[in-house]
Amino acid sequence: MLATSPAFKQNARRALSDAGLQKALAISKTQFLQRRARAVAAMPEFERLREIGRDIKNHTLTNLDFYLEAWAEKVERAGGQVHWCETADEARAAVLRICEDAGARTVTKGKSMISEELGINEHLERHGITPVETDLGEYILQLRDEPPSHIIAPAFHLNREDWEASFRKSHTDLAADRVFHERRDILTEARSRLRERFLLADVGITGANFLIAETGSSVIVTNEGNGDLTQTLPRVHIVLASIEKMVPTLEDATNMLRLLARSATGQDFSVYTTFSTGVRRQGDLDGPEAYHVVLLDNGRSAMLGTEFQDMLRCIRCAACMNHCPVYGVVGGHAYGWVYPGPMGSVLTPSLIGVDQAGQLPNASTFCGKCESVCPVKIPLPGLMRHWREREFERHLTPSTVRVNLGLWAWFARRPSLYRGATRVAAALLGLMGRRRGRFARLPFAGGWTGGRDLPAPEGDTFFARYARRQRAASR
Amino acid sequence: MSRETMLNAIRRGLRRGRLPEDQAEMLRARLARHPRHLIPARSRLPRAEQIELFLRNVEKEFGTVDRVAGPAAIPAAVADYLAGQNLPSELVAAPHPQLQAIPWSERPMLQLREGRAEASTLVSLQQAYAAIAETGTLVLPSDPTRPTTINLLAETEIVVLSASRVVGAYEEAWDLLRAESHDELTGGFMPRNVMLVTGPSRSADIEQTLELGAHGPRRLHVVLVDDDASAGQAA
Repeated sequence: MLATSPAFKQNARRALSDAGLQKALAISKTQFLQRRARAVAAMPEFERLREIGRDIKNHTLTNLDFYLEAWAEKVERAGGQVHWCETADEARAAVLRICEDAGARTVTKGKSMISEELGINEHLERHGITPVETDLGEYILQLRDEPPSHIIAPAFHLNREDWEASFRKSHTDLAADRVFHERRDILTEARSRLRERFLLADVGITGANFLIAETGSSVIVTNEGNGDLTQTLPRVHIVLASIEKMVPTLEDATNMLRLLARSATGQDFSVYTTFSTGVRRQGDLDGPEAYHVVLLDNGRSAMLGTEFQDMLRCIRCAACMNHCPVYGVVGGHAYGWVYPGPMGSVLTPSLIGVDQAGQLPNASTFCGKCESVCPVKIPLPGLMRHWREREFERHLTPSTVRVNLGLWAWFARRPSLYRGATRVAAALLGLMGRRRGRFARLPFAGGWTGGRDLPAPEGDTFFARYARRQRAASR
Repeated sequence: MSRETMLNAIRRGLRRGRLPEDQAEMLRARLARHPRHLIPARSRLPRAEQIELFLRNVEKEFGTVDRVAGPAAIPAAVADYLAGQNLPSELVAAPHPQLQAIPWSERPMLQLREGRAEASTLVSLQQAYAAIAETGTLVLPSDPTRPTTINLLAETEIVVLSASRVVGAYEEAWDLLRAESHDELTGGFMPRNVMLVTGPSRSADIEQTLELGAHGPRRLHVVLVDDDASAGQAA
């Protein structure tokens, strides 16, 4: 997928003035927050489960080569095949080869962020194979030719009117008097359209939420059941998975599953949690005859042993973006690549380079909410700060920012000068703003006063008051 | 080809070579022991309450339940449910011995066909392997007597569940599979497919608002058969 991350600022500005998007964000955001809060409150052990989840992932990453080998052996024993792919190119080629070997004309797809990372759809289309997204949200996006704006709710940014408009445009045989008053009408239309597609597909492609070394299984989690239809009906099942999806045992996966749905949608458990292990067994009446796992690295192994290793714990629940004040106003597309929100701001520079995505770690208020809700306790603000440092070190920061930072650092390292200057500034501003009590405009602060007034300082600086209080206390 | 390159890249990141044999042995032992982690207290209950918790959770997740005294009462329960929902009395049933042993002939209006479900199937019938009280979850592994399509293609899925097969937590269901299931292909216990199903299919993709009946069944109806003396009978 082509990144527009370098244009984050322009993207964000466009998002802020998009009335439809702002409406959708306002509706959706509170829903996610309330549901997660309710689910977590109903699980008194949640904090402990988070610690265990973090430890399981850390243990697995430390021994990742061992567990991948153990898992691959089990996959092969179950009649499956593992395709080890270092790069996105290799993975695209592997998927295409499997599809061509199967003589595939259409391919159904469950939701997969790796698929977005690889741009599988475009690649298959270029080679005459029709991919069909079956997750309801992904399906509408495919009709609209848009990327997802959220990792678990891909059509987060659309309103009901958008759905109806897209269906009327794409399903050209729709009767003009067909009504879409209710969300249910939309759902029924998509269900019946996709039913035909499921039955025609030669290959089904899904992602994986987890890979399990103990059994050689891949796990998918869905509410719709589209992933299950995708992997059950066609002759060939392809799983797209990146190396960090690994967990050792079913018990380890179980702990992660207790965290996943609660953090993601605020459900206790998703409707379908499905463990797939190899090919159709003798006597089975259904299931695929071939099972392939396309195992992708694509920059992840380079994160091991660095400060960004923690990011590989991520289970893609989206709690961080649901709780992010920045994501909450600009939406997912502004981030310009596959992964938006705080997890994207950390992961994207790792995968496509800080020169491409350096703006993303700057799009944070460092409020810390993301870290506080992360089910595997990834220190997201800390990691974003690492990226800011690297960006600065590599001189990718704009020169005006560098000059101002340098100026500030010069003052900050001279405390008496700094305090003196701030005292003068506070007194001066206080005097100037005495009449109105606030400023509507200030030189050099247009960015701030453009959206709100700056209150005029009343009295001393913080330092002066603090020093006075210390003196009073020691007396 | 890429396999060794990828494994070596991982080892380089971890600043070591291949794991020494003693450490690999420890990891193999961990896989074999598959230690349990914290099991939430909510399902640590006496049997009868565990079953109640399971039923409550199914209903919380928009499934429906019916509790019957024995297999002989199942045909009437199924017929009544279908009539109540205004559904046809044709079912596609999983070819499972426990379902075959039910005296269906007592309700001649019910027409059962055995096999896998098709796109046109309206009502399907499945035999649950086990169920998990913690979240009201059915455990539906695949084998020749339990086709996966039965859980996916019908508009309405009816699942027969023996009360004795309700466990508290997921971990207990894994241990049942480990003890009872044998997969000839791999020599292990894991069947091709294990579905954990919690309520009927749904989507919140349209304006983040829940709608039932996405791609899988719109209705999920559990018929619980009281075969467990220790669990007490239906109230």
